[in-house]
Amino acid sequence: MRSRLLSIIRKEFIQILRDPRTLVLIILMPIMQLFLLGYAATTDVKNISMAVWDQSHTQQSRALLDAFRVANYFSIDYMIGSEDEYRTLIESGKIRAALIIPPDYDIRLLEGKAQVSLVLDGSDATVGGTALSVAKLIGQSYATKILSEQTALTGRQAAFAPPLDVRTQVWYNPDLIAAYFNVPGVIGMILYFITALLTASAVVRERERGTIEQLIVTPIRSWELVVGKILPYAILAFIDTLEILVIGHWWFGVPVRGHVGLVFLLSGLFVISSLGIGLFASTIANTQQEAFITVMITMLPSIFLSGFFFPIAAMPEFLQWVSAIIPLRYYLVIIRALLLKGVGLAALQNEVIALSIFAVVIMGAAALRFKKRLD
Amino acid sequence: MTEYLVQASNLRKSFGNTHAVNDVSLQIPAGEIYGLVGSDGAGKTTTMRLLVGALLPDGGEVSVCGYNVLKQTEQARSTIGYLSQRFSMYEDLTVLENIRFFAEVRGLSSTEWLPRSLEILEFVGLEKFKDRRAGQLSGGMKQKLGLASALVTRPRLLLLDEPTTGVDPVTRQDFWQLVIKLVAASPSQSGQGEGGVSVIISTPYMDEASRCHRVGFMKNGQIIAEDTPSNLRKRLNGRVVELRGAPLDVLRQSARADADVEDVQAFGDRLHLRVADGKADTVLKRLKKEIVNAGGHVDELRSVPPGLEDVFIALSDHEYASTF
Repeated sequence: MRSRLLSIIRKEFIQILRDPRTLVLIILMPIMQLFLLGYAATTDVKNISMAVWDQSHTQQSRALLDAFRVANYFSIDYMIGSEDEYRTLIESGKIRAALIIPPDYDIRLLEGKAQVSLVLDGSDATVGGTALSVAKLIGQSYATKILSEQTALTGRQAAFAPPLDVRTQVWYNPDLIAAYFNVPGVIGMILYFITALLTASAVVRERERGTIEQLIVTPIRSWELVVGKILPYAILAFIDTLEILVIGHWWFGVPVRGHVGLVFLLSGLFVISSLGIGLFASTIANTQQEAFITVMITMLPSIFLSGFFFPIAAMPEFLQWVSAIIPLRYYLVIIRALLLKGVGLAALQNEVIALSIFAVVIMGAAALRFKKRLD
Repeated sequence: MTEYLVQASNLRKSFGNTHAVNDVSLQIPAGEIYGLVGSDGAGKTTTMRLLVGALLPDGGEVSVCGYNVLKQTEQARSTIGYLSQRFSMYEDLTVLENIRFFAEVRGLSSTEWLPRSLEILEFVGLEKFKDRRAGQLSGGMKQKLGLASALVTRPRLLLLDEPTTGVDPVTRQDFWQLVIKLVAASPSQSGQGEGGVSVIISTPYMDEASRCHRVGFMKNGQIIAEDTPSNLRKRLNGRVVELRGAPLDVLRQSARADADVEDVQAFGDRLHLRVADGKADTVLKRLKKEIVNAGGHVDELRSVPPGLEDVFIALSDHEYASTF
């Protein structure tokens, strides 16, 4: 019995090693995904190109511009002299923001009623939203600074101190580096992809190529066939996890604050549920192509509803309910918490329970459907 | 007492509205080569799959070597070697890796499989190709690999589903020699009575059917005739007439017009006529005149011993089969 299982596993590994396309997929895909999401898909907003229409040309207006420059979020690329100019620049995409300082800025500032306007290109909501809040912050802190200077100048007590001072503290990822958020996500996505897709096609391949007919007439038991087919892919999934963790940590500087053993243990739990999905897909599909499509159908909602890119809390209630049956959702919470927050098992018990339930249900359903017969 | 390796009774299997196998019973004694013949779709492959338990029957029972295939599936299967119609070895594994895999999953230990595999590869003549990928083998070599893999655990029952379809005549001949050697080498043929190997082989070729000890003819999911090849041939004794001459279409028309000729089949430059029972002499006399009157000439017109092919064409004929 044990030797039967080992024979299946060895055979599967020989086949994987002889299939260069699968091998490339397993080794290179994580690296590609990692670099794509680590660099290109960054949501960090920096150096937003900005034009300035300074109608005031005073020491005060230049001081305001300095405040913007120092903050590093905006890059003042154009000094312009008319509304038409910034309109054209925004339309052509050369700038995403325009700051307009009125001619009477210095006088108004003394009266305490100064206003400047900021025009933002909102066509990219992410950049627009960040730029807006950053610009407000810069304005506020600059206003506070002026106020305190004036108070000091006039020698009066700080009667004009701002009524509310919100001091923000960002934990775990103080610089809000997107890679910290994305790399754990990539681990989840790759694990899901490798295990579900490759398992489904590996099982279906036996049927497609007719080898299942020969397997059926051997004394191999169904569970041996299932375990023997999926275990190699589970092992590969762990190699991929390690690969992503190493690159994520050493290249992107993503911290690994939690216990590494726990990372692998809970990743294993997630892998079981993905393997179950792959196995279930293999019982529906008759060809590798069908298996691929079936897994892909589950892939899209997994990516979009799991909180990989968009926060679940911001979704309509219906989609939040849908996301409750997506295992990747729980795993993302787990892996992000383990890497970034360094929490222990106790903090993750809800997610662990949810994943366990899912793993048992999907594996059970797949095992019920998986028949070692031809009909 | 005869030892039956296979006992199947009243097997039935339907796919939707198609009765692929409809009440098939089989008893195969040890040491027998049993041929399952019939046209495509007659139910041969489904019968094979039911015997090996790859399909669940809708009704009926099968036992192999005394093990119930449905209830003692694993024990039963350990006595069966099965070669499916479709090539079902791993194309990306080598010959030896394939045999090793199937030997191990069928319970051969790591010390047993190698000598056994090499022995069996030599038996089928693939020892030189043991490190070649199965996908790179020719059609005939693939079938030999399938046979080797089925034989590596020394099964008592060998099920071969159309093993020679699409294989060249020389390789077909080789393949049959292997099957005959296998059965001949088994103890029952050498007088020990027990432990003999049986083979069930399905084939569309009549020359192959005639090599079997017993033949079952399948049609519409049923075995409509079952006997030794010579007994089957006897059923048409004195009823096959061979006609050679020219032009062929005149010969054919004249033959068809004869009231006692039931069927006309072309065999190359000859025609085989099936005539009504006891009418061969009448037809021989009458037909020659008819052909000459119609403007043709006859080179040869004589009664010939029936071949299996004649028998199966007769069995396939609806009207005839009902009176057979």
